[in-house]
Order: sequence, then structure tokens, then C-alpha cells
Amino acid sequence: MIRFRTRVAEPPRGPEAGAELAGAAGLAVRLGGRTVLSGIDLAVRAGEVLTLVGPNGAGKSTLLAALAADVAPAEGRLLVDGRPAGEWTPRELAFRRAVLPQAATVSFPFTVAEVVAMGRAPWAGTRREDEDEARVAEAMAATEVAEFADRPFGALSGGERARVALARVLAQHTALLLLDEPTAALDLRHQEQVMRVCREWAEAGRGVVVVLHDLGLAAAWADRVAVLRGGRLAAVGTPEEVFTEGLLGEVYGHRVRVLTDPETGAPLIVPHRPGRGGAAGADG
Amino acid sequence: MTAPTATGRGTAAAPGAGEPAAGRERAPRAPGPGRIALLTSGLVAALVAVALVSAATGAYAIPLGDVVGSVLHRAHLGGEPLDRVGESVLWDARLPRVVLAVLVGAALGCAGALMQGVFGNPLAEPGVIGISSGAAVGAVAAIAFGLDFLGNWTITVFAFVAGLGTVMLVYVLSRSDGRTEVVTLILTGIAVNAFAGALIGLCVFFADNAQISGITFWQLGSLAQATWPKVLAVLPCAGIGLLVAPWFARRLDLLALGERPARHLGVDVERLRVVLILVTALLTASAVAMAGIITFVGLLVPHLLRMVAGPGHRFLLPGSALGGALVLVSADLVARTAAQPAELPLGVLTALIGSPFFFWLLRRTRRRQGGWA
Repeated sequence: MIRFRTRVAEPPRGPEAGAELAGAAGLAVRLGGRTVLSGIDLAVRAGEVLTLVGPNGAGKSTLLAALAADVAPAEGRLLVDGRPAGEWTPRELAFRRAVLPQAATVSFPFTVAEVVAMGRAPWAGTRREDEDEARVAEAMAATEVAEFADRPFGALSGGERARVALARVLAQHTALLLLDEPTAALDLRHQEQVMRVCREWAEAGRGVVVVLHDLGLAAAWADRVAVLRGGRLAAVGTPEEVFTEGLLGEVYGHRVRVLTDPETGAPLIVPHRPGRGGAAGADG
Repeated sequence: MTAPTATGRGTAAAPGAGEPAAGRERAPRAPGPGRIALLTSGLVAALVAVALVSAATGAYAIPLGDVVGSVLHRAHLGGEPLDRVGESVLWDARLPRVVLAVLVGAALGCAGALMQGVFGNPLAEPGVIGISSGAAVGAVAAIAFGLDFLGNWTITVFAFVAGLGTVMLVYVLSRSDGRTEVVTLILTGIAVNAFAGALIGLCVFFADNAQISGITFWQLGSLAQATWPKVLAVLPCAGIGLLVAPWFARRLDLLALGERPARHLGVDVERLRVVLILVTALLTASAVAMAGIITFVGLLVPHLLRMVAGPGHRFLLPGSALGGALVLVSADLVARTAAQPAELPLGVLTALIGSPFFFWLLRRTRRRQGGWA
């Protein structure tokens, strides 16, 4: 088959540390006539893990979709790599950001190896096509999916599927990763492993945005946390700044205690559990 | 699950150092290029063989060697012509029919594979979801109202326009939230088939006796009226569709991930969808315009190929065209010879074989999903 050399704008290799990969300014998003996000000012920089947390329906996934240029802003603007998202073609966006959806499905019995290799699709016909094999192998190793590379995706368990989907996103190898609840279906060991991969990617100079429900994971691995409530940003800052008993109790409508992990110094968030008071009697 | 000793630590720093071998060494499922080449050449050989047998078989039997000789003679590659009757039977009746069967079968097989890719659903097929009957409405209306202002092309154009309208209707009706659920798709197909049946009935009501026999031909599906001008009329549409389809193979693979993920990988999903629907309509309509409603070829062939060679569209699209041609040439041979001197309607024959298969596929899909709800 004939291959075209593409003339789309490929991003330069490796963004500068601290460069803004995506940024929302005064962003509002309406879906089906309802305002889901409003007044969002948030920038994702190279070299950081930024987590989005908040109660159900607070707009975490919508904000991630907005950063991915899936939904158009109703107000304000969204820049990806310095240009309004709407000015990029889908292919040019695919060079710049990779997105992990909340639930991964594959319609036909493609094997795990084929699914991961699909992450390389944007680079077909570009200079970086030569990296395909290395990137796929690297992504499969980082998510520990190489052992079932030849099995069809549909035959995997939920947790295995989630890791394969993540491997596909890693294989795309973009400067910005947008992950919607990558740890939701995973066991404890793989949760930690996924967050460690996020850290490593950030330290390699990329930007990683992760939607999380587990505040402990967010506290342990994130550089910055953005707390959403009712479609607005309630707070943005380091885990230590943001995870306070007052703010979390108010946002989630549930009392919490914030302790300090004696090993890492990261905040530990413990929900108030009335009637479950132990011998220590910390409650009350 | 046994956990490998290596943790994620340091893997990002050492890209692909030692790991890839693990996934490569044993590959029982992933079909290699050798297997695909073997399958392709097998399909081509079988198609040529069946086509020759079909050209030789019939009320006036022609020895296989003489068929080859006559074909070679006309191609100026040696060989010898037959006597006058034999030459006429072979070139005016049998060969146009075989060539038409190849074109129609290839168009149907390829249209099935394309449509399943676009809908992300293995049960999508031009016949099942009503595209074929939609296109037949156009063709039947053209016959019933004696329209011929576009000459030889009138029926093709009418079938195409009606088929296109039906594809778009089915597409819009059966999608929600960027997905096509099996139930919605099949039920939409029932509704569209019922409506198309009513429109065809209406056309029959207004038609005279001669036109009615022409219309019956559409409903049952047949290649009996094959002539070279008909082959030439269908060739551009089917040919363009067949040549263009493999171009979209890689993007169709990505569409299996869902629309949003495909877009995240750089596919302009909206444009792809529109183009592919046009191509599907082109293929289906050209098949229906020439041979009437022939169902299940587009369902059966891609499905069997997926089981043997995997779901990758780069092979599936051309492979389904080859397989569809093989199935239809074989089916037409049976339709012509099983009940001699009468001829079985081809569409009836494919439906006889295809319906139980469809039933099995439905059961299997349901089991995998754990119910339709």
C-alpha cells in the first residue's frame, strides 16, 4: 500500500520543563443544555502529575474530556500546546495528547498486542514510526501485559483490560497523558504500579492528568491536586495544601480526618465512621 | 495470575531492553503473514476453480479443458475456440453470469465487512439491517413505473439512491451515545425491512403483469438475466467500492476501540463515517441493482474469515470480497444445477444456508454479553 509522508505539524521532541501542555482559561462547558463546568482556570505543565478529585458528578471526567478537546468550550478557551484546541486537526492532537477512557471496550477479537499497537497509529508515516516496536514493548512491560499479548482483548478480566488500555495510551507516547480513573478496576499492587508509571512519565518531562477517586493515591503520588465541586474548582494546590479536614469534609459532605503517613509524610485521609470506633477511641 | 519479578520501576528509563521477546515467541492466535498469504492464495485458487467449473456445467455441458481453451483463445494466448453453439453458450450466457456472480459476491462480502466495522458490530449486514430491501425499493419502483430516463443505469442509480437513504436512516435510528447496540440495530432492521416490504408491495399493486415478474426477480434474488451490458453497468460502482475500501483498513481497526478513542488516535471519525457509509451504499446498491436481494453473504463471509485470520481489516476487507465472490459463484452453480431444468432462486438459497448461521451467531453474541438488556 502507498504511504504518504504527512505534512501535519509534528510536535518538537520533549517539551521544556514547566511548559504549559494544555490550559483552560475561564472555561465553561455545557452538555445537553446543562452547565457542567464553569469558571475553570487550570494549566497542565510538563513534569507534573496533576490529579482531579471530587465527588460523583462534580465534573472530573468532563474536565478531562475538555482538556482532551473532546468537548468544545461554551465559554472561555482551551489551549493545547499553545494553540486553541479547535485549530488542531484530530491527527495533530493525537501527536500531543493521549487519552485513557473510563471503560475500555473493543468490538472485535483483536489481541492484546494488536490493541496496544493501535496506540502507534498517529505516528504511521512519520519519522517516529521507527520507534513503534520499542514503544509497544516498553508500554507492555510497564503495565505487565506482555504475558497475555496473544490473547483476545475480550477474554481478559476487568483489571487486565484496564492495564491493556493503559498500555495502548502509553504506546502513543505523547507529551500529555489524560487518564480517567486508571486505577478503578485494579488491585492494590497494580494501582501503585500505575501511579508509579505516572510519576516516572512526569519525571521524564511529560505532563500527566489523572482522575482519581482514591484520595490516598492522589495524596501519595500527585504533585498537584485539583478539587472539583459542582462543576467548579474548589481548590488547586499540593496535596498538603489541599487535603485539609475542613475542605474535604465540606466538598464531600462527609467528615474526614487527615493524618500523616509516618513513612512518606504524605497526607492520609480517613473517613469518619460512626459506630465503628475502636479501642483507641480516636473518634470523639 | 503469576506476577513477573520485574516491577514497573525503571522500565520507562530503559525502553524495550529485554521484554519484547516474551510476547513474540509463542503466538498461537496471532495469524502471521504466512498464514494470510496462504489463505489469500487458497481463496483465489478456489474462486478460479469454481468459476471454471461453473462455466463448464449446465444443460449444454462443455468440457473443462475446452472452457480454458476458449478463454485463452479470446485472450490471444493460444487455445482454440469452441463450435458456434458452444462459443455462444459460454460467452453470451455462462461467462457474463459467472463474472456478475464474482462482482456481486465481492461487493456483498466487502460491504458486510465494512458495515460491521463502521457499526462496530458483527451482526451488521446489508440484508439483515434492511439496506438491501431499501435499495430494492428503488430498483422495484424504477421497474414498476417504467422509468428508463437514465438508460441502462436507471435501475442502478435508483437502487443506489434508495440504498444510501436507507443506510443513513438506519445509522441515525440505531445509534445512541456513539454506540450501536445489537438489539437496537436488529430491531431497526426489522422496522426498515417491514417498511421497504410495504413500499415494494405498493409498487407491485401499481405494476402490470410483465412488470410484476420483473419485480419478483428482485425479491428472490437471481443472476439469471446476466448479460455483458449489465456487467458493465455494475462494474464501475462495485469496482470503485472494492478498490477504495482497503484504504480505510487501519482506521476501521481503530474504530473498534470506540469513536472517542479512535478520535484520540487522530481519526477524523465523522468524515470517516460519512465516506464509509457512501462506499457501503455503493457496493450494496450495485449488487442489489444487478441481482436483487441476496442476504447473509456479507454476514457469513467476514465472520468466518475473522475466525481464521483475526479481525484486522487490512486482510478482512479484500479477503471478504474474495470469499464473497467464491460463495456466490458456488451458490449460483448450485442454484442452476440442483433442480434442473428449473432454477432455484439464488437469494432463497443463500437465505436457507445463512439464516441458521445468523441464528447461531445471535445466540453466541447474546451468551457473550450475558443477555441483551
